[in-house]
Amino acid sequence: MTEHTEMQAEEGAADPANHAVLAAPQTGGELTELHPNHVKILRIQAFLVAAPFVLGSLVLEMAQLVPPGVFVVPVLLAALFLIIRVPLRRHHARGYAMSDDRLRVVRGLLFRSDTVVPFGRVQHIDVNQGPLERYYDLATLTLHTAGSHNASVHLPGILNQDALAMREVIRSHIKRETV
Amino acid sequence: MTEVTEVAAATGATGASGANGKPAIPRRTSPLGFVAKGLDGLRRAILPMVAVAYGMRDETFGLLTAVGLGLLIAGVAVGIRYLHWLRLTYTVGETDIRVESGLLSRAARSVPFERIQDVSLEQSLIPRLLGLVEVRFETGAGGKDELKLAYLTQAEGEELRELVRARKDGVGLAGEAPVPAADGTVSTPVTEPASEPLFAMDTRRLVTFGLFEFSLAVVAVIAGAVQQFGDFFAFRLWPASLDNLTDLQDGVAGRFDWLASAGPMMQFIGIAAAIFALLVVGLIVGVATGLVRTVLRDWGFTLDWTDKGFRRRRGLLTRTDVVMPAHRVQAVKITTGIIRKRFGWHGLSFISLAQDSGASNHIVAPFGQMEELAPIVRKAGFDLPADMAPWQRGAVEYRVDAALLPALLLVPAAAITAVVAGPLLGVLPIAGGAFLALRQAFLWRFERHCLTGRQLFISKGWLAPELSIASRIKLQSVEISQNSIGRRRGYATLHLGLAGGKMALRGISPQRAYELRSAILASIAEKDFSQLAQ
Repeated sequence: MTEHTEMQAEEGAADPANHAVLAAPQTGGELTELHPNHVKILRIQAFLVAAPFVLGSLVLEMAQLVPPGVFVVPVLLAALFLIIRVPLRRHHARGYAMSDDRLRVVRGLLFRSDTVVPFGRVQHIDVNQGPLERYYDLATLTLHTAGSHNASVHLPGILNQDALAMREVIRSHIKRETV
Repeated sequence: MTEVTEVAAATGATGASGANGKPAIPRRTSPLGFVAKGLDGLRRAILPMVAVAYGMRDETFGLLTAVGLGLLIAGVAVGIRYLHWLRLTYTVGETDIRVESGLLSRAARSVPFERIQDVSLEQSLIPRLLGLVEVRFETGAGGKDELKLAYLTQAEGEELRELVRARKDGVGLAGEAPVPAADGTVSTPVTEPASEPLFAMDTRRLVTFGLFEFSLAVVAVIAGAVQQFGDFFAFRLWPASLDNLTDLQDGVAGRFDWLASAGPMMQFIGIAAAIFALLVVGLIVGVATGLVRTVLRDWGFTLDWTDKGFRRRRGLLTRTDVVMPAHRVQAVKITTGIIRKRFGWHGLSFISLAQDSGASNHIVAPFGQMEELAPIVRKAGFDLPADMAPWQRGAVEYRVDAALLPALLLVPAAAITAVVAGPLLGVLPIAGGAFLALRQAFLWRFERHCLTGRQLFISKGWLAPELSIASRIKLQSVEISQNSIGRRRGYATLHLGLAGGKMALRGISPQRAYELRSAILASIAEKDFSQLAQ
């Protein structure tokens, strides 16, 4: 039954007329939002990507090869958009839902993907923390399956203790004996 | 002989009590093995020998040096091989198989029986002459990481295989080990388990198959080679540039002396004849290559149903013997070709975790009629689609977009071509676009899928359709993905996680995708991964 209602909600989300819902699928109340600090991590990552370009354009500006502002202004605007707006939208596009026998991970702005991994098919589980994630006490939960497609499904931006708790729950579902 | 009784005792013991007290002895591979490898090394020494002989052809002792060098290389190779052979031992233990190897650095690897997916035997030419086999233990690790023993005698190899299977069964499902006791004798697994032929190809079938395996690639390679080594043949097929046309004529004329004195008309006929001859040669070579390759690979192809699953034997020079338990089959695939489909020929392959000499699919019947393939599919625990199966098509929007997207490029291309090269050539891109649109219309009509209580069928392709059949409970994960166009236009792709293969359903309506997903997930949840084996 829950499957059915979930499906209905998803159909609503997939409605082409309903863009607001698309950008934030968790408004349906089905998905759990990632931790707010995840946005900060995404912003720092975006900043690291944008920084060289901004520096480059500043150097160009200083060299006065092109009319002032022609280069640096668009680059700065793009960088601001990339650092402030995009991570927020990416964050809102992500979410997960854990039920008693499966984990659903939704992500992607332009290329949306909505993956479900049944616990009965999980081969092993990783909880990873990068330096940024460690600073914010977040973690990435990775489920590995035997499938060639989606061999590993990543769920970033959850609290480390939540990730560890989820790992224990999922692990208790995996029988010791395997094929 | 002692080996045989030992194995029989072991299988009996695991079947009865699940343990035998006998200590495991490290064993060496066959002494003939390093002879086979040494011969292989000799083969490798030939190239340097030829190179030295050629390089020193003007020296007095050139040939002697070459032979000496060859002998040295071969000698060192054989020596090293001998030491390796001396230092490599394998032990068949109670729960695992261990291989210890290494000259200076020692490596010990242990593979538990439960993790061995299967044991396959492979024989290439030289070992085959010496009666040796290479034993491979497939664990799903893939490729280089797989454990293999080269070489054992054929009897040893088969024993080892039976032993591993017996131990594995003893560990996995107790009580099922002494199956072959059905025919009264005690230790039949060592010789030949009871088997029932499922599929075989006689010479006539093999030749027909070979003809369909016509290799266009070879023709292209030959054309390229002629281009490259044209000077060697004393003519060039195509002139370097258009004003070099006389070069071409000179070239051909030079090749065929009588042409030199002939008029331009005769020269033209000569060139045409040369090109035609080349095409014919290409065709013959293409057919012959396909034929030879097929015969070498699939000579004596037999597929049997044994108590351990499917057993496939094939190959002329390199003979392989692969066994795959039916429960390891994750999905089946039925393929065909544009021309062979008109004659009803299809190929059947299994998708599983184990690898088949690099390929991820196990071909179990490369060339047969559907009524021959159907029993194999049933044995693997799958069903072919019923006549009344509820087939569903994809989203029309997906096909429309797929037809329009190339048009976005082709229409400007047509306009530019029409302006630059004349209106007649401008038609070409338009025709290309029309062809692609027609293809999409056809694909919409014929690419379909169908979900039944146990299985998911996906039919793909237009001229040579490919049918994939997946078992619902054997899928690993389900993903629905949409790009931004698909989200606006209303279509999605359903990716299915499949052990050992990929499966995707493109361009279906999101509603259908979610419907399929919840149905498939409900089936997956019924059984844990570890229960799939039963």
